[in-house]
Amino acid sequence: MLHRYAILVAACTLFLVVAGALVTSNEAGLSVPDWPLSYGKVMPEMTGGIFYEHGHRMVATTVGMLTIGLAVWLWFREDRRWLRWLGVASLGAVIVQGVLGGMTVIFLLPKPVSISHACLAQLFFSTMVAIALFTSDSWKRGAIAVVDSGWPSLRTLALFAPFAVLAQLALGAAVRHRALGLAPHVVGSMVVTSVVMLASIVILIRHPLHRAMRQAAVGLMVITFFQVFLGIAAYMTRVDTSGSPQPMPVMVLFTVMHVAVGALTMAASVVFSIQILRNVRPPLEEPAGSLRAAL
Amino acid sequence: MFKKSLIALMTVAILLVAACGGAKEEAKKEAPAAAPAASAPAASDADAGSITGKISFAGAAPAPKNISMDATPACSRQHSTPPKSEEVIVGAGGTLKNVFVYIKAGLPAKEWPAPSEAVVLDQNSCIYKPHVIGVMVNQEIEIRNSDPTNHNVHPLPKVNREWNESQAPKSDPKRKSFPREEVMIAIKCNVHPWMRSYVGVVNHPFHAVSGDDGSFTIKGVPPGEYTVEAWHEKFGVQESKVTVAPKESKSADFSFKG
Repeated sequence: MLHRYAILVAACTLFLVVAGALVTSNEAGLSVPDWPLSYGKVMPEMTGGIFYEHGHRMVATTVGMLTIGLAVWLWFREDRRWLRWLGVASLGAVIVQGVLGGMTVIFLLPKPVSISHACLAQLFFSTMVAIALFTSDSWKRGAIAVVDSGWPSLRTLALFAPFAVLAQLALGAAVRHRALGLAPHVVGSMVVTSVVMLASIVILIRHPLHRAMRQAAVGLMVITFFQVFLGIAAYMTRVDTSGSPQPMPVMVLFTVMHVAVGALTMAASVVFSIQILRNVRPPLEEPAGSLRAAL
Repeated sequence: MFKKSLIALMTVAILLVAACGGAKEEAKKEAPAAAPAASAPAASDADAGSITGKISFAGAAPAPKNISMDATPACSRQHSTPPKSEEVIVGAGGTLKNVFVYIKAGLPAKEWPAPSEAVVLDQNSCIYKPHVIGVMVNQEIEIRNSDPTNHNVHPLPKVNREWNESQAPKSDPKRKSFPREEVMIAIKCNVHPWMRSYVGVVNHPFHAVSGDDGSFTIKGVPPGEYTVEAWHEKFGVQESKVTVAPKESKSADFSFKG
């Protein structure tokens, strides 16, 4: 039950990321000039950009409530101490995220705050996905340890991949909030795609029979593949509609999809990393009963 | 082992998020406009001349783009046909409307008082009217909302202070001014992303905006040699050197290419 609830919170968080991307893509970030209320009300008239901005706040409030529920549930029902504290940390993150969102309104979209808001959103979603993973039955069944002695080290790749993805998401947020040009994000996409493909292919070559790692690797590769094409589509539609007097639906569609699949890429890289760190042992720690020994 | 790795992963992630927003923006300091370095002999009003001209557009006139106001019925109801973007308005004979023309350099070091009357900027039919205005430093702009819906008025200056305020339907006008020279300041409404206007803020009264026929007139210009600049939101800026003799009406035409 807790696992299903964690999936629900993760799904709602992804919807929140979509709602946030709709705000930015529709240039509605400051359509409501006050915070935490909207035009001094709990429910303003949902017209024009207010629909996106206030809608984002409503979804954010819902996710905040759901996160409180998750943290409380974990605290009282979960045996693993570190997971209980991860629930508390996620609650802290959602509060910080709300305050950052408020600061973007009050201080008129300062770039560092807006970019931090975007980055923390991605991390928060990844945390929700991780909690869903930690509470799953497959996780509770335990690790199937394998030994990895090749180069590049899988554990090193596992540590590097999510940070490369997060850095790339930060560059994307910097483009969206006009702090940087497109070039660093394009270069970053090449680097991150290379890292992700390398890490995933290494897993598939060295440990093709390890179900958890294989699924994580395939998932990460597929999502990253789509993300690259969505990035190209988002750029092309933005250029094509740049002379329009207002944000055009086709540009909004591909940009929002690019942001949403960016969040999925981040979460997939975190799951990938977690699965490797959990299942892959350095050569000196080869345990009895490992998959390699079994094979 | 796994727990340590997870803790290390989260710690580095938090540091990375902090680094994402690490770059500090320069604080926008708003100080009064610098006074002229030294006073110069003022030309008498009797000697004043004028600069007149016409803004033309070379090339095929771009088709005006339709604005979709469907997201706000209170806006769309006010238009029987889809309203057009005012970004580029080419008139009969290839003239260009909404070009801000002002004396950029050459004026004597004198302080001109800001006019007491405000320049009106109206939100009417969910469009800023007029599309381009010119004001003096500290001259008031009277911002009205004639629409039956909320707007938010959001100037995007680089030199002056940025602000963002809502304006309820038919509410009292807002009176705002900018204390520093800035050409140009975009004003947008985030509720209605097609709404955009531009304000040119200069520290003298020698400015004008081209009308429907692309013409402009800058009156009361003291004799002298000037650099006159013409600004258009899409086509950029052009400069021209103009010498005005006492009581002379001088011509200065500009041509923008699409």
